Amino acid sequence: METNLLVAGFGGQGVMMLGKLLSHAACDSAQKNVTFFPSYGAEQRGGTANCYVVISDDAIGVPVGDVMDDLIVMNGPSLNKFIGALKPGGRLFVNSSIVREEIKRNDVSVIKAPVTELSLKLGNPKVLNVIMLGVYIGRTNIVDEAVVEEVIVRQLGKKAELIPLNREAFHAGLEIGKGR
Amino acid sequence: MEKIYARTKGLRPGVVGGFCPGCMHSTVMKLIGEVLEEMNLFERAVCVLGIGCCGLHMDYISFDNITAPHGRACAVATGIKRSNPASLVFTYQGDGDIAAIGLGESVSAANRGENISVVFVNNGIYGMTGGQMAPTTLMGMRASTAPAGRSAKEHGYPMHISEILDKLTAPAYIERTSCNNPQNTLKTKKAIQKIFQNQLDGKGFSMVEIVASCPTNWGMDAIDALDYINENMLPEYPLGVIRASGGLDNGD
Amino acid sequence: MARIFMKGCEAIAEAAVRAGCRFFAGYPITPQNEIPEYLARRMPEVGGVFVQGESEIASVSMVYGAASAGCRSMTSSSSPGIALKSEGISYCASARVPMVYANISRGGPGVGSIQPAQMDYLQATKASGNGGFEMLVFAPASAQEAADMTYEAFDYADRDRNPVLILCDGVVGTLMEPVELPEMKTDEEVARIKNAKKPWACIGHGSDYATRAWIQPGQWSTVTQQRENEKAAALYESWRRNDTRAEEYLTDDAEVIIAAYGISARVSKTVVDILRAQGKKIGLIRPITVHPFPFESFKKLDYARVKAVLDVEMAIPALMAQDVEKGVGDRAPVHTCLCSGGNIMKKEHVLTAAEKLFLLVK
Repeated sequence: METNLLVAGFGGQGVMMLGKLLSHAACDSAQKNVTFFPSYGAEQRGGTANCYVVISDDAIGVPVGDVMDDLIVMNGPSLNKFIGALKPGGRLFVNSSIVREEIKRNDVSVIKAPVTELSLKLGNPKVLNVIMLGVYIGRTNIVDEAVVEEVIVRQLGKKAELIPLNREAFHAGLEIGKGR
Repeated sequence: MEKIYARTKGLRPGVVGGFCPGCMHSTVMKLIGEVLEEMNLFERAVCVLGIGCCGLHMDYISFDNITAPHGRACAVATGIKRSNPASLVFTYQGDGDIAAIGLGESVSAANRGENISVVFVNNGIYGMTGGQMAPTTLMGMRASTAPAGRSAKEHGYPMHISEILDKLTAPAYIERTSCNNPQNTLKTKKAIQKIFQNQLDGKGFSMVEIVASCPTNWGMDAIDALDYINENMLPEYPLGVIRASGGLDNGD
Repeated sequence: MARIFMKGCEAIAEAAVRAGCRFFAGYPITPQNEIPEYLARRMPEVGGVFVQGESEIASVSMVYGAASAGCRSMTSSSSPGIALKSEGISYCASARVPMVYANISRGGPGVGSIQPAQMDYLQATKASGNGGFEMLVFAPASAQEAADMTYEAFDYADRDRNPVLILCDGVVGTLMEPVELPEMKTDEEVARIKNAKKPWACIGHGSDYATRAWIQPGQWSTVTQQRENEKAAALYESWRRNDTRAEEYLTDDAEVIIAAYGISARVSKTVVDILRAQGKKIGLIRPITVHPFPFESFKKLDYARVKAVLDVEMAIPALMAQDVEKGVGDRAPVHTCLCSGGNIMKKEHVLTAAEKLFLLVK
């Protein structure tokens, strides 16, 4: 079993962090192989950002594939750029707060989550990526949610006061992902 | 009978250097050998030789040495000193090495206040390669690559490395000396002592620039070369202490 | 053993520390900045030295100096920066100074592209500097291999008193994946390595010409220069016999052979698995040392059976193909499957090329 995921958005949305948190959690799960490949523009700020995550029970030969099982888009341009890479029957996760573009595919399942709005409601716009990670895990259960939560606390817990916020954000996402 | 003078142990016994008559490289290395001997530093000394006539010393000296790529002596010395701080590391470079191809390495090592000593022999011309123009070549001085003599319009002006490095905050000590007469030669020896002692004291980048002759490529005999230093080189490159203490002296 | 999720570049940096490297100098260039950044943090923790040089040339010169003082030393860069380092590498090879360096390679020529490529094959394997010297060149295909090969590289460098190159494409360098790190050498082991009898190390040996250390990147005498060249040539020859490494995957009954290294080999292996599942007889030869090149792996193939060879690399024009052709000779046609410019080799690209070969073979 191998899952190819592409996470795309613009710089500053925590796209890379989302992919890394998921990958760390997969690494912590025994028997799982995982690769994370970042792709940046040359600009330090405001450019495009996307990353490829492959999670597999076997050795991973192709860390940067052409056909994605799952696609997370955090902004409109990313939707248009990458929607074609999603396989028929694939899962599309959309930041519905800012993605206004029409989804021109009807052979994929779409999970909409207004993560920008939700992050503002939680009081910190930076946690939109953690919410989206929750949505993804809630829907796919690709890595055990408890393992992901441990990784979030470990990786984002350098400031102790941010731990409850990140937990809350992750759980808010899980709820959406599970369809509650 | 009392022995009042002996060849320094720093020079290989029984070997006559292959430098031209009137060349000051042998004088300068003799002084270095004497200072190392007097300061009891042979067990720690590592000499980083530049490319060109400087490199001829590799076979004439009796202590540890390494030949640096052309111009990179200060970078090589940085690596040796940082990885083995107990050693006494000094570069021995000519003007083409330190001021042309190695300007970046020289300025950067000085700017880092690297705890090394630099012996810079300035004779205003490329020696081993056959008298080509150097950054330190005097105005009007003929060189094989400036047959009509150095002109400001075409080549710019002589470069003053000591003064350039003095603009930096970190260097601990910079002095310009010469070996054109016995008094100045003794001053050169004292300056070498000073830059070695600074390294032992952890003061950082210390350099002596020695204004020297190259009779062969200047196209004159050894005696005339001494006069040429007095009359032409020293007005352009005045002797004296250029930097007496450095930014790292404050202990930060 | 614990798996740590890290970048190929970080794996190289940490493996170097664990192998006892205590001096690193480097200069910023994408995509290898993670190596100097990691070591800027890490070296002080283990009593080592990190210096950001003023250029690639200065950095490799610093490593030449530190290694000449007996310290396990390393530098890294990416393609255009590696070109600048060729001066210092050549000096190390000439003076027989052990050191390790990594090229996290990107597109070229010139400033090229900052994205991954395999355009430095000829530079790495044929002429990494002036003067016809050779080096062991390892080509990792994963972060794990990057760590393991870097760790070993220091032993090879010390054994041979010669530079060793880790030729790591930008994909493997920037890819993050789980790594089991090699064992950390203790402070005692590191000190033992540094203080091991190295009469050549410039640390100060007194004033006796006979016993002084003398790091000599060249010879005045034509006689001794030729002798040094002959000694080096004998060393290089011993590598071809003893140290050449390749992975031969499902080659025994293969009718089509893919030749690829680094990330291209990893992608190609997936393609081999896909085609094997369809009953197609295909195999892979992956040079692990790209120098010396595993010619023998190609020479020993049964060409009554092998009908074609497909060279897969992220380089246009094809570069490794020159060696593959030398190994195969006129016994089978060598085709190529290429991309460059920072484009990463695609599975579909290789699959299509391999399927086409099977059609030609029939």
